[in-house]
Amino acid sequence: MEHTLRLDGVRKTYGVGTPVETEVLHGIDTALERGEFAALIGPSGSGKSTLLNLIGLLDRPTGGRVYIEGQEAGTLEDADLTRLRGRSVGFVFQHHYLLPEFTALENVMMPILAARGRPDQEMRDSAAALLDRVGLTPWRDKKATDISGGQQQRVAIARSLAMKPALVLADEPTGNLDTKSADSVFDVLRDINETSRTTFLIVTHDPRLAQRCDRIIELVDGRIVSDRRNPSVVRRG
Amino acid sequence: MNRFAFFEFIVAFRFMREGLMQTLLIILGVGLGGGVIIFMSAVLSGLQSNVVRRTLNFQAPIVILPPDQVARPLRAETRAEMAVQVQPRSQQLRSIDQWQKVREQVARTPGVVALTPVVSGPGFAVRGDANKAVTITGIEPETYFDVIALPEKVVAGRHHVGPLDIVIGTELSADLGAGVGDKLRLATASGAAATLTVIGIFDFGNKSVNERSVYIALRSAQNLLDLTGGVTALEVKVLDPFAAETIAEALRAGTDLQVDSWIRTNAQFFTAMAAQIVTNTLIRVFVGLTVALGIASVLVVSVIQKSREIGILRAMGTSRRQVLRVFLIQGGAVGLAGSVLGSLLAWTFLLVWRAVAKNPDGTPMFIIEMEPSLFAIATVGATVVGILAAVAPARRAARLDPVVAIRS
Repeated sequence: MEHTLRLDGVRKTYGVGTPVETEVLHGIDTALERGEFAALIGPSGSGKSTLLNLIGLLDRPTGGRVYIEGQEAGTLEDADLTRLRGRSVGFVFQHHYLLPEFTALENVMMPILAARGRPDQEMRDSAAALLDRVGLTPWRDKKATDISGGQQQRVAIARSLAMKPALVLADEPTGNLDTKSADSVFDVLRDINETSRTTFLIVTHDPRLAQRCDRIIELVDGRIVSDRRNPSVVRRG
Repeated sequence: MNRFAFFEFIVAFRFMREGLMQTLLIILGVGLGGGVIIFMSAVLSGLQSNVVRRTLNFQAPIVILPPDQVARPLRAETRAEMAVQVQPRSQQLRSIDQWQKVREQVARTPGVVALTPVVSGPGFAVRGDANKAVTITGIEPETYFDVIALPEKVVAGRHHVGPLDIVIGTELSADLGAGVGDKLRLATASGAAATLTVIGIFDFGNKSVNERSVYIALRSAQNLLDLTGGVTALEVKVLDPFAAETIAEALRAGTDLQVDSWIRTNAQFFTAMAAQIVTNTLIRVFVGLTVALGIASVLVVSVIQKSREIGILRAMGTSRRQVLRVFLIQGGAVGLAGSVLGSLLAWTFLLVWRAVAKNPDGTPMFIIEMEPSLFAIATVGATVVGILAAVAPARRAARLDPVVAIRS
């Protein structure tokens, strides 16, 4: 089976060549298959965010290899890396990080616009469809700053899907939301995973949410200490 | 979202719209700076072209005269040292030798657009008891008016002088009490005299010229000044008045005649003008630099303010080049908008200047041309300056590490 993501002995050291050189990831080997819905858990400082940045091609590892859809990222030039990131990886952050200058719909269009250069009707339609999927059609022309936290996070999810990426990385996507909003945001993610077979890797502190994922990878002190299938989840459909 | 705009333009203009106060203030700053530059340029070129126009009104850019007569002391061929005192000889009124040939030769010189022979010498204008010393200029109307714009300066009567006609200045007309149609007598030191009819009165805007100069037909002047068939000078008009000295040098090399360019005869004016241009340019350069630094500093602040957004854009697949362009566009847009505002301000300053800077008699002190080309140059220039000023901040934005930017 094709791996959406594969990590081969990935290491990350900060402050290389300085007295405070610290290795935060000590050789991570793992892979995610297409359509997996995995949780990445672990205590603060265990290297979760660092790993997510490496997987998301926002940062380069100091050792090992990152493969996205079979493509080795380490050999790519900056511009090609940016292109691969734009095409294959969607991000959902703890804070929504929407562009405050733009409306909900425009925020969702933004990744496609950046890739194609010029807006067109098809772009607008597909962004509108994504917003509809996360249940935000009535709010689509509101400025990103004029909607609630849960709604903003759902816009961010819609935006992460704009380029139809193979992999969506979510860093504490519900961390800032109340339980009810958190559940509804999580449901949206799960629904997208099931309907479009998008691979998800979700960093979370919330054991309740982790229990709802298919697979739970636990990171402690820069090493994977457990990686297990979650028997409590029964796949629908 | 405008479907014809590019991604970078859309982002750049949204960023500017969000920081509206900041954007408006810097545009105002650029506008004021640009306005000062445009205004100063217009005043400078206005001043220059006015003085040039006024001078060249009654003076040809190049005048060709016969060579000065020099005394040649006769000396015995001895080896002994001699103390020689040579008294410079007085210059008599002479014709240019073979002036028709010279005329043909000069006409073929590149840069020369027109030339005309004149006979010029001293005389007296007499009417009744009034007697005024004047400079008689005998002209060939067919060619003279191509060099000197006398017809434009005629305020009464005609300008095309016939054998028995004379055109005089406003001052002389007042002094002699002679109007159009009146007769006056023109006499020279040699005793020759003619009675001529005033057919026109001119005003060159210069008192001594209006008082001293009289224009008659070439043939009449030759007779009065006892120079039958001769001319005392060839007046030459050139395409570019500022190239007059170069052309004059070329002419000097080709003949043994005395060739004076207006640049040499008005050396003081040109020195003053050069100093004026230097200081003016310095001021404009520094104002331009201030404007550029203003744009750059605002964009640096904007890059810091927008670093999180830049990080998000980068995470979404926006390339470094696209981020670079977003900020270059902002710089260019500020420059362009500022220069449009600056043009409006300069236009207003110039209108006010026109209203205020007047001679006591109500005529404008000097006319400033509001040339569209100046505004066009300023607009293009300011846009380029804006883009250049944005280079450093834009590179900084493009280099931002998305991870760091998002976490900031």
